[in-house]
Amino acid sequence: MTKPSFVYVSYIATTPEKVWQAFVDTDVMAQYWVGPTASCSRVNVSDWKPGSRWEHQHSDDASAVDIVGKVVESDPPRRLVYTWARPSEAEDPSKHSRVSIDIESQGDGLVRLTVSHEDLERDPTMLAGISGGWPKVLSNLKTFLETGRALPQPSPAAA
Amino acid sequence: MDIDKVFKALADPGRRRLLDQLHGENGQTLGALCEHMDMTRQAVTQHLQLLEDANLVAVVWQGREKLHYLNAVPLHEIYERWIGKFERSRLGALRNLKKKLEGNDNDKT
Repeated sequence: MTKPSFVYVSYIATTPEKVWQAFVDTDVMAQYWVGPTASCSRVNVSDWKPGSRWEHQHSDDASAVDIVGKVVESDPPRRLVYTWARPSEAEDPSKHSRVSIDIESQGDGLVRLTVSHEDLERDPTMLAGISGGWPKVLSNLKTFLETGRALPQPSPAAA
Repeated sequence: MDIDKVFKALADPGRRRLLDQLHGENGQTLGALCEHMDMTRQAVTQHLQLLEDANLVAVVWQGREKLHYLNAVPLHEIYERWIGKFERSRLGALRNLKKKLEGNDNDKT
């Protein structure tokens, strides 16, 4: 295991199963996973079996794919690991970074969610995007699971 | 997560300096963090524990090394709570102006 580039932790008042759903179910993802420009939400599409491909798509346009990768580990509802690459670099494993999602029950209806991202150092552009992206995703996920509040829809004037 | 803990953790210049260090280089050991801190190892340990309790620092064990990471999630929650999406670009412009005039981005106290 290489040293992670980033580690993000969020404590969420919910169940491990609901957190797992939030990472594999596109209907749930579309409600909290914002894109960098917030024009529409993002969904991660895969059958989430080890070895399968996954795609980070715009929720309103499945052909708009920002990130792709392969599922490395899938152990519901505890651990999900996948690689992460630009679509143009999908065939070059040396360009892939790696995301690990760990979901631990803390008892009393509290879940500790840890997202760590490894092997990003050689890609400063991706590193910068990631460091802004994950905290936002995790903070939205917490709000969504604890309050049921979905993302604000962009108003017609702002869109 | 108790938001009072986050503000209490941030209310100390030494702890803000530790976060600055992790912002500069993420995933440092206690020993590496101590090199740049003008306080005892024991004091740094206590500050790190407080930051960890506030969830501003996340810890990962790698073999026998304990690595410390800046966890920006609670800070993002504070940002989301008080900064509306329409204020962001204007605040960015003000921040750039301040940076330009003062020539310094961090509080060094």
